[in-house]
Amino acid sequence: MNKTQTFGKSPSKIVLFFKMILILAGIILIFTAGVRIITFLDTNHLKIPSALFAIVWGVSTVVLFYTGANWIVEHFSPKWTARIQPYIFVGPAVIILIWALTLPVFRTLISSLKDADAKNWVGLQNYKYAFTDDQMLIVFRNNLLWLILGTFFSVFLGLLIAVLADRSKYEKVYKSIIFTPMAISFIGAGVIWKFIYNYKGQGVETGLLNAIVMSFGGQPHAWLQIPFWNNILLIVIMIWLETGYCMVILSSAIKGIPEELLEAARIDGASETTIFFKIIIPVIKGSLIAVTTTVAIFSLKTFDVVQSMTGGNYGTNVIANEFYNQRFLYYNIGRASAIAIVLLILVVPVMIMNLRQFNERKVF
Amino acid sequence: MAQKEKSYKSQKKTSSFIVNLVLILISAVFVVPIFGILITSFRQSERIFNSGWWTVFPHKEWVEIGEYKLDADIDLNGEIKFVSEDGQEISGDYSFWKNGVITKSGEKIQYYGAKRSRTLKIYERRWTGFETDLTLENYRNVLSGKKITYKGEDGKLLTRNGSDLSNSFINSLTVTIPATIIPITIAIFAAYGFAWLNFPGRKILFTMVVALLVVPLQIAIVPVLQDFSRIHLNGTFLGIWLAHTGFGLPLAIYLLFNYISEIPRDILESAFIDGATNFSIFTKLILPLSVPAIASFAIFQFLWVWNDYLVALVVLGGGTNEVVTQTLANMVGTKGQDWHLLTAGAFISMIIPMTVFFSLQKYFVRGMMAGSVKG
Repeated sequence: MNKTQTFGKSPSKIVLFFKMILILAGIILIFTAGVRIITFLDTNHLKIPSALFAIVWGVSTVVLFYTGANWIVEHFSPKWTARIQPYIFVGPAVIILIWALTLPVFRTLISSLKDADAKNWVGLQNYKYAFTDDQMLIVFRNNLLWLILGTFFSVFLGLLIAVLADRSKYEKVYKSIIFTPMAISFIGAGVIWKFIYNYKGQGVETGLLNAIVMSFGGQPHAWLQIPFWNNILLIVIMIWLETGYCMVILSSAIKGIPEELLEAARIDGASETTIFFKIIIPVIKGSLIAVTTTVAIFSLKTFDVVQSMTGGNYGTNVIANEFYNQRFLYYNIGRASAIAIVLLILVVPVMIMNLRQFNERKVF
Repeated sequence: MAQKEKSYKSQKKTSSFIVNLVLILISAVFVVPIFGILITSFRQSERIFNSGWWTVFPHKEWVEIGEYKLDADIDLNGEIKFVSEDGQEISGDYSFWKNGVITKSGEKIQYYGAKRSRTLKIYERRWTGFETDLTLENYRNVLSGKKITYKGEDGKLLTRNGSDLSNSFINSLTVTIPATIIPITIAIFAAYGFAWLNFPGRKILFTMVVALLVVPLQIAIVPVLQDFSRIHLNGTFLGIWLAHTGFGLPLAIYLLFNYISEIPRDILESAFIDGATNFSIFTKLILPLSVPAIASFAIFQFLWVWNDYLVALVVLGGGTNEVVTQTLANMVGTKGQDWHLLTAGAFISMIIPMTVFFSLQKYFVRGMMAGSVKG
């Protein structure tokens, strides 16, 4: 590539300029034509062609944009290439992020101070509702349960399995089994567990939990309708789903511990318990914190399980589900926004921790 | 080394029995729920309503061996007397008989149905074998989208509109594939920019990315939906790709940044000296080197989008564009007790994510490490 082009208006410059215009026009044309074609296919109910076209078009537009834009920028003078090119690389991501997440924080904050239709200012009234309403207090209690029990048992079980599987010949088999729930949607998991907690009350029970209880001589119950304890039963589902995630990450951390370190401790006569608490735990501390925070955030945002299992009835409502109800059932944008902001405030400590940890790494 | 290996192995063996026992127990608890619905999805609808899935295996159960009609002059509101075959005399009121009595010879006598049936049935505990009339009917019904008939709880034929899960399946793929590839493409360019290019605002912008990692989706939903309805993107695939791209980007950029920033500086510097442009370095060096990280995040994003319910629900709404999780959720809602359809549907919804997961899990483990262990 000839990088010593002069700034005079040589014919090649003009050709280049037209090429650039052509590329830009091409990208825009492909994008808009694609929108037209998809609308056409959709309105004519051509499902599979529309799906295939959508996939090819969506992906190629993005690839074309980066290739085209970079080609154009790399034909500027080197100084301007260096100035502009970084923004070609990070620009699209930054613009989308600002639109999809950064601005919404402020927009939600504003609508949380307005009424149900997001028209008139109501001050802190929505927050007053969020923190004093009886139903909301139950919601907070439930989320606290999810946060503490869900996170603790997922991480605990994940760690236990990771440590034990490391010593077993059949490690892969166990790990694959524990993983499996991770691939299942919360809705799918809801179906699975609804079937376990099922109650018929006509002598024969088809739900596993009732069958087990009855085989020990107990009475069948409609488990999901027993206040308070139904929360625990829902949290069990989350533990079932998240344990695999914890196990994967903790297991890879444990595998990273140098064998010499463990061996030396064993030769010195350290018991397995001592090794666990004095060597394994301190070494994998970083991963342990990472896993705990991720699962904690998951449990704060819990929505699908509650929505599909009980719809938040029988005292099982949680913050994210109440947000959904306020926004999409009662169309109260103000309250929904206030609840979302409360959720954000709850994760701010994690955000600060993340940022602090990131600055310590001194990548920049 | 050999010595060390040996002593470690012997250490391993000493506890291996208890270790395996505990692991087998935990694994069993984890796998039973899935196993249960897998079996249920192949059973006849009528059987699902009347017996648990575990009864497909050989087991002992009460089998009817005879019945006894109560005489018309017996007062059903008082004591009902009955003499069993082995001469035992038992008496009690209706609710006593309704609960059933087990005689000394091991037979069970129970009042059948309502009071006016005037019937006592006699049961004996017998072995039954495997349930042999398993069927693919449930899967056919769930996928067809046509009217379906099946036997209900009492054996009567029911007719109902089937769920068009095959249509939702295509929708899910249409949503998931671009919603996986697009954010990764955008993220990897951004990650390269943040890791290797110098520009004003770099630090502030990347701090924003890290901060956005934990921002809950719920914050974004209301404003994003407002924008979508303004430019008529509600209910379109383009809209949901955009939404998933936005929500998936922070983690994608963060993980890929971690990976790309660790690529040795000399490799890139020698390429720069040879006069390569940023774009050619990116396509010829960075992309091939980042394949493990890209693959691992791709799985993460794929599973997340495929299993997503909330975003699909609010952006796509219902109708012809609905995805698998929505169809399944609707089935739970409208057909709460139709276990034969629900279980088949749930299992179908798992096929794709499980295939992706198990075929690529080695990347998953490696890639997740890149993001988490370093901290």
